[in-house]
Parts: sequence; structure tokens; C-alpha cells
Amino acid sequence: MDAILIQILNGLDKGGAYALIALGLTLTFGTLGVVNFAHGALFMLGAFCAVSMQQLLTISKKVKDESITFFDAYKEQPYLEIWWGDAGTVIIDYAVPISILFAIPVMLLVGVVMERGLIKHFYKRTHAEQILVTFGLAIVIQEIIRTFYGANPIPTPAPDIVSGSAAVGAALGLSDALVYPWWRLIYLAFSAVIIFGVFAFLKYTTFGMVVRAGMSDRETVSLLGINVERRFTIVFGIATIVAGLAGVMYAPILPPDYHMGMDFLVLSFVVVVVGGMGSLEGAVAAGFLLGILQSFASMNEVKTILPGIDQIIIYLVAVVVLLVRPRGLMGREGVMED
Amino acid sequence: MMNLSLKNNMVVMLIFSAVVLTAPLWLDPIGANYPDLLQKFAIFGIFAIGYNILFGLTGYLSFGHATFLGVGSYTAVWSFKLFTMNVVPAIIFAIIIAGVFALAIGYISLRRSGIYFSILTLAFAQMSYSLAYSVLTPITNGETGLQLTIQDPRYLDAMAGVAVKEGLPSTNLFGQLMSGYSGFYFCAVMLIIGFYISLKIFRSPYGLKLIAIKSNQNRMNYTGFNTRPYLLSAFVISGMYAGLAGALMAVTDPLAGAERMQWTASGEVVLMTILGGVGTLVGPLLGVGIIKYFENIFSALNESALHEVFNFLPQALENTVVAVTHHFVGEGWHLTLGALFMLVVIFLPGGVMEGVTNLIEFIKKKLGMSGDESGDTL
Repeated sequence: MDAILIQILNGLDKGGAYALIALGLTLTFGTLGVVNFAHGALFMLGAFCAVSMQQLLTISKKVKDESITFFDAYKEQPYLEIWWGDAGTVIIDYAVPISILFAIPVMLLVGVVMERGLIKHFYKRTHAEQILVTFGLAIVIQEIIRTFYGANPIPTPAPDIVSGSAAVGAALGLSDALVYPWWRLIYLAFSAVIIFGVFAFLKYTTFGMVVRAGMSDRETVSLLGINVERRFTIVFGIATIVAGLAGVMYAPILPPDYHMGMDFLVLSFVVVVVGGMGSLEGAVAAGFLLGILQSFASMNEVKTILPGIDQIIIYLVAVVVLLVRPRGLMGREGVMED
Repeated sequence: MMNLSLKNNMVVMLIFSAVVLTAPLWLDPIGANYPDLLQKFAIFGIFAIGYNILFGLTGYLSFGHATFLGVGSYTAVWSFKLFTMNVVPAIIFAIIIAGVFALAIGYISLRRSGIYFSILTLAFAQMSYSLAYSVLTPITNGETGLQLTIQDPRYLDAMAGVAVKEGLPSTNLFGQLMSGYSGFYFCAVMLIIGFYISLKIFRSPYGLKLIAIKSNQNRMNYTGFNTRPYLLSAFVISGMYAGLAGALMAVTDPLAGAERMQWTASGEVVLMTILGGVGTLVGPLLGVGIIKYFENIFSALNESALHEVFNFLPQALENTVVAVTHHFVGEGWHLTLGALFMLVVIFLPGGVMEGVTNLIEFIKKKLGMSGDESGDTL
């Protein structure tokens, strides 16, 4: 029982990341009809927002180390600590949550510039060309990040207070041995909030209604005198922000490096296809489903029966789903069926 | 009376063979005349030609062709280990096994089209890659990669009484060692054969049917053609080309690793094909030439080399230029590649070949010649 619960939790937080990326991907599919291979790079940019914030907050000055008295020793001390003492230390500790505030405007800007500058010109081109140009863009973004931050993963720790583990087992009345890292629980909650936020936004606001109308029939909406283009730009910006936030919050779980985006991109594309192109619910459901399946497949009991299954389970599921249900789990008719 | 235009296959093949076989001569002035690079040109040329048969003619964008390349390499190395160091059986086995893999993967993937097809091929490629790294380690030797060892049995060689020398044996073609220029000429001959087959396919009714699938598959179905066999055969043929390329990699350097199967490796062949001109005969080869040449030149450059290049500029200007450009060379070569690729897709969707065609048309117009005799392009 414990083992099963822990695997479900494991799967849920990984699934949360898949679902967030796939949600953004599906938004751009559904609204703009664009296959964005640079979406993984946006996730990576988000993670590097957290890295930048941490580096910004810990800009240091060389000061004399008072604790060593035998000789003159120097140590690096962040300016924030020098100026504000303990308050500065706390701020540095909270670098990752703070960078959420920083990431939102940055990612919005990146998204809008990208849509207006490049994606806009590719609405009428074939999907193959869209894939190719965004693939090129992903390489460029990735290499720029490598130029500035190097090739090695950069550890970006979560705040101290949540660095431990939560006694999940005790809280649920199960064994005390069942513990789970706080930050992963936070990630799960965070992704749930974002997902519900996006759904609520699309469902209960006028803006969202127009966007949904535009998704199903773009021409009629624009004939009604509504500037669909502008709204779609904003939707692209939102998709970028979602990918970026997914990245920011993932930074403490997986130290960011420049090619983390590519690794997630392939998986999240599979997630989108399994969920069904153009279906937001499908993307979220498939994200969590595949996350959980993957964590079950990596249990030792399963691996001894089917060696290597943990490596290929996601792709295997994708192949089976595509062959049995050609439109994915919840795909709509007529989306991406050229 | 022989028709001496480019429409005649013999003429095309004569020109092509002459160009390929004299490559060491005319590549010398631009510093690309060393066997290692020449071999790469020929091997990736074969890979891209084969990929172009699928993507260029039928329009099916596969992200999994590196799988067949990897399978070809593994098969060839196993043939070296088990049977003989002669390259002929290795290549034959590699083509057959890659073909079998392509048949299996293609049979399933081709049930879907468009982006679903791309994702399916990608899924299969990632599966093969992950398995090659983990469970299949007894066959693939995992992260270390498959290598020759002294203890390998090499039954056929042993039967033929080939003397066992000190150290690892090298690959050979009936005694002729496959390293340096002889390796290149062997690959070049394979390239010429591959090009000839691709030329025949492009200019046959079969090729026309593949193009018809690209332009309108529904109409093909309505006119009574079953498109599946055509698609599947094109997929298998291009998989066999990839297997041949993989085998040649093992011939010139007898080891095989799983990283050859990663999806970025499939992405590379897509880049080459698009850059040169998808759906044209020589376009993919141009793409291979450009990418591999600049990869060699650019990734070898460093800051001090750049200072030498821009020596003629005033000191301050020189430093600025070097400071900017050094991000684009050496380690940053991929940045140049990505940017170049984006520019091509945005402005020249037909690749370099489209640029060349446009240029020829432009010159013809300037000279007042009519452009209606251009016929079919290469």
C-alpha cells in the first residue's frame, strides 16, 4: 500500500510538469494551429529565470572573514546580507519563489516577441515547416543559454523551510515511514492551481470565451469584428508563461541545464498526442496518466518481470493509443488531420 | 544520336561520378581534403539521399531515421566480430537488418499521417535508443559502445586462415584496408550507386506515384491506388539507405554507440535535407556538404584563430568583431547552425537548390533567354 501511494505521488509531480508543458503546447495548437517545437526551450528559459534570480540575489563582495583569526581570510558575502542582515539571508533563501514574479513578465515578453516576430508568419505554412523553424529556434535559444550559463547543471535549491520531507504517511493514518519531499508536494499543488487557473480563465471570462470561439471557428469570429489576432498573441503569451512557471518551479527538483528543454519537449509532445490534439482536458489527463504510469513502471517489482519497461513505457503507451484511438484520448474531430 | 542534356541518366551519372571521385582534388583549395571529412561527406550523403526518398517525395516527416543508422552500425560491427573483417558481408547484413527494422516500424507508423506519423517515428526511435542504452546492453554494450576485441571469434576469417596479428584487426575489402583515402573511395562508390538508384526512383512511374501521394493522397486513393504499399516501400528503401550509411560508419571506424540513434541525430538529417533542398536530387548532398564542412571549419576555430582572421581590421574594431563572432564558432557552432537553419526555412523553404534555381532563372531573364526549356530540375 505504501509503495503504491509513493509511486502515485512520484507520478503526480512528474505528471504535473508534463501536464503544464502539454497544456501550453495544446493552447498554441488549438488557437494558433502552430506546432511549437520551441516550447521545451521555453520551459528551460523558465528554469533559468530561477537561476538568474538566484545569481542576482547572491551577487557578492569579498569581505574579511571574522571567524578566522590566525591570518587574513576573505570570503564572499552577498550584498543583500551586508545591507539587510538576516532579512537579506531570508530573501536569498526564497530565491525560487521570488523568481516567479520575475519570470511572469519575462516570459510574457519572450512569448509576445516570439509570436509577433516569427510565429505570426508561419500560420499559413505547412506543419512540417512550423516544426522545422521552431526546432531551429529551440537550438538557438538553447545555445544562447549555454553561452551565458555554461554546460553544467546549476543547483537551485528550494527555500530551507521546505527542503525536508512531509510525513505523508502519518497524516493519512498509514505508516510513519512514508515521507515525501515538501517541494514536490508544493509543485503538485502549484501545477493544479495553474491548470485550474487556465481553465477558469478560458471558461468564465469574456476573453476566454472569445478565444474558445476563435479556436472552433476563427473566420466567423473575425467577421464579427473581433480582433482575433491580438487575442491569439495574448494566448501565446499565456502558454509561454505556463511553460516558464513550470520551469521555475521545477528548478529545485532538477538542476537546470541548457538541454533540459529538449528532453521534456519530446515527452510532452507524446503527452499531447496521447491526450488528443487540441484538447486541453486531454493534455492534462494524459500528463498525469503518463507520469503515474512511468513511476509505476520504474518499480523494481515491475522491472524484474519486464526489464527496461521504465524507459519505454511512455512511448509504448503512445504507440498503442495512437493505433487504437487515432485521435488520442480526447481528441476533437478535424484538428491536425492533414 | 545521344541526347546530351541533363535528362539523360547516363550523362547525369557521368558528371556526378566525376565530381565525387575527384572530390579530393577540388576540395583541396578550401581545406577540406582529408580522408576523415571526405568519408563523412559520402556517408551522410547516402543517409540524406535515402531520407530524401521518403521526405522529399512523399512528404512524410520522419523523426526516427537515426534508428536505422544505429541498427546498421551495430549489425556491421557484429559482423566484424563474428564472421570476418571483410566489409562486404557487413554491409549486406546491415542493409537487410535495417530494412527489417524499417519494415516493422514503418508498417505501424504509416497507419497514421501528418504530425501523428512524426510522433510515432519519434516514439519508436526513442524506444530503440533507451533500450540500446539499458536492457540490450549484452548486444549493444550500453554506454561504452560496441567495439572490436582481440577475443572475437571471427569464424570465417579463422576458417580462411587469416593470420592473427598483434593488436586489433582492421576492416578490409578483400585485403585492401579501409582506412584513409581507400575508405573514402569505397564510400564514394557506394554513394554513386545510391545516387543512381535514387535517380532511377525519381524518374520512374514509381517516383511519380510517391510525389502524387505528397500532393494529394485522397485523390490517389480515389483514382484506385492503394497508397500504403508505395509509402511502406519508400520507407523501407530510405531505412536501408540509413542502414548502409550506418554500416559505412562502422567500416571507416569499427565501433557503434547508442548516441547515433538519438532523436537529435534524426533531426540532423532533416536539417541537412531541408538546407540543401528537399525533394531535389542533389539538394540533400549540398546540405550535407555545407553542414559537415562548416562543422569542421567552425568548430575548430577559437578566439586566437579569429584574431588572426580579423587581423587586417583596426585593433579596437578587431576586438569587437572577435568578441561577437567567437560565440558563433567552436563550441557555439550549433548556434550558427540553428540560426542558419531558421533563415533557410523562413526565406528559402526550398533550400539552397531553390536559391540556385532562382538565380539561374534570373540570369536567363537578364540574357533574354526563354526559361521554358529548363525541363525537370536536379
